[in-house]
Amino acid sequence: MPADAVAVRARTHGGALLASELRVLFRRWRTWAMLAALASIPVLMAVVVRLSSEPPGPGEGPPFLDQVTNNGMFVAVTALVVTTPLFLPLTVAVVSGDTIAGEASLGTLRYLLVAPAGRVRLLLVKYLSAVVFCLAASGTVLLVGWAIGVALFGAGEATLLSGDTIGVGDAVLRSLLVGAHVSICMLGLAAVGLFISTLTDAGVGAMAAVAVLTIVAQVLGQLDQLAWLHPWLFTHHWLAFADLLREPVVWTSFTQNALLQAAYVAFFGALAYGRFSTKDVLS
Amino acid sequence: MSETASLADQAETETADLAIATTALTKRFGHQLAVNGIDLAVPRGSVFGFLGPNGSGKTTTIRVLLGLASATSGTARVLGHDVPSGLRDALPRVGALIEGPAFYPFLSGADNLRRLDSADARADPGTRDARTARALERVGLTHAARKKARAYSLGMKQRLGIAAALLTPRDLLVLDEPTNGLDPQGTREVRSLIRAVAGEGTTVFVSSHLLAEVEQICTHAAVMHVGSLVAQGSLDELRGSGERVVRMLTPDGDRAVAELARLGLGAAEADAAAAAARRAGPGEVTLEAALPDDGPAAEDLVAALVTAGVRVRGFDVARPSLEERFVALTGEGFDVAR
Ligand SMILES: Nc1ncnc2c1ncn2[C@@H]1O[C@H](COP(=O)(O)OP(=O)(O)OP(=O)(O)O)[C@@H](O)[C@H]1O
Ligand SMILES: [Mg+2]
Repeated sequence: MPADAVAVRARTHGGALLASELRVLFRRWRTWAMLAALASIPVLMAVVVRLSSEPPGPGEGPPFLDQVTNNGMFVAVTALVVTTPLFLPLTVAVVSGDTIAGEASLGTLRYLLVAPAGRVRLLLVKYLSAVVFCLAASGTVLLVGWAIGVALFGAGEATLLSGDTIGVGDAVLRSLLVGAHVSICMLGLAAVGLFISTLTDAGVGAMAAVAVLTIVAQVLGQLDQLAWLHPWLFTHHWLAFADLLREPVVWTSFTQNALLQAAYVAFFGALAYGRFSTKDVLS
Repeated sequence: MSETASLADQAETETADLAIATTALTKRFGHQLAVNGIDLAVPRGSVFGFLGPNGSGKTTTIRVLLGLASATSGTARVLGHDVPSGLRDALPRVGALIEGPAFYPFLSGADNLRRLDSADARADPGTRDARTARALERVGLTHAARKKARAYSLGMKQRLGIAAALLTPRDLLVLDEPTNGLDPQGTREVRSLIRAVAGEGTTVFVSSHLLAEVEQICTHAAVMHVGSLVAQGSLDELRGSGERVVRMLTPDGDRAVAELARLGLGAAEADAAAAAARRAGPGEVTLEAALPDDGPAAEDLVAALVTAGVRVRGFDVARPSLEERFVALTGEGFDVAR
């Protein structure tokens, strides 16, 4: 190896690509439009409850809606629960399905690769940026939910599913926990999206495929005949947040979900690597 | 130093003199051989024209050389590094424009360049802005630097693509049809840009089907035809390998053909369009005949023709132009060969 190559290798700036990736993600109109749409959910919910003459009774409407008037922070929890089955995964499908396929359809993939970005490095950076988006998406719902809830209802004492009453500090903690659970739920989906994205040069096609998968998985999860399959569906624990709102917290589904999502990330990450590291880039 | 080591050194120096070297490089798409066993040898420091009609495999070759596609068989080396295993070390020294430029439409021209630059882990972030500005300046886009790439015209995008290839000092510049979509002014600028870059010692590998362009800027060229390399060498070698042609203008066509035949030259009337292009007057014809290297000298031919009573109004002996060689090698038809 020539001496100058050794000298050059000593100074590399590997993190620059992730920074650039995030800048590109958050420079896009699309990203902000999706975050704005997500933010509108807690706002809508809080305003409607506030304007209605009588507060929702226990068990009425979406989960925990009845707690909203006691402690506005529960707007965040309810909004997270409402967005988890469809709205949130849809945005994650858009971002993760677009990771590689979007670059391919723009034609920028070939230029990134000859820069050279390195195929493995690019794949990692793309997944990390999708993870950041998952956090940003659930974080948006959480923060906007807190803000609008406290503004309209104030922060008082609230009753948990176990009947215990918690104060403001605990409410913050519990809603953070739900936010963490929901974010983790999206990680497996993002890995599936990354893999699908390496299969095609059409970004929109990849997004649609990921969105359809999300719905199919949830439909399968409803069929009792497939009970044996249910624990393996990435959507299985999506709505299993109730245990986080008991006193004491029951961690079983939280950890089981985290393990399942980790398995999905490992499996589909490996598939994406296998596909992308040998793929002919002809776009 | 042992003898084997010095032999290895010698082999190393030989390939080190080549910026691109391939042996029997082949790329197959399904049943189709897009690149069929080519042996490219691009000398360091050359401006190398990679010629061929549409669909002859130029872009596919470039994709394989840059590691975007894997070769079906054969080997390639770029800047002395094996493809694809050594490309990680070679590519930071290679700038490329592959099958047209591509950008993020929602980013400005300058931001697009910064984005590509940050993809290269060896590019220094400290000098990124300065290098971006310099690259934009070189292609005349300084004023459009903050405009969104979406709002760029075709030619501006092409220039931005070339700017991206010039972000860091390069040892090799691979340009796939760099003047596509440029106005005549832009074409001239790209030509002088290529000369300037080559003047700094960068090897330039430029694919094109515009022969005039290649003839003006290249020192070497290779000709692709239906996936195969049909000729390669310095421009003089390429031109020289064609037979000389006698071209004459005369009102006495039949007599001239007979006289040339007697001298061993099979003359024929040039096709009507070519004749018109040479503005044959009324009653005049343009004759063309291949002149073998061991054939009679030009002055003897003219003397013989005049003695035979042929009125010679124009006479010229020339090597075929690169364009004529190109057509001879790749066939005259305009149709894509497959
Ligand atoms: N992705 C692909 N799948 C199948 N065949 C392909 C693909 N890309 C190129 N080819 C075929 O390979 C051959 C060479 O194509 P290539 O793009 O290398 O030609 P080219 O010399 O660059 O032509 P042009 O001057 O038009 O750019 C063509 O016949 C084309 O049909
Ligand atoms: Mg091409």
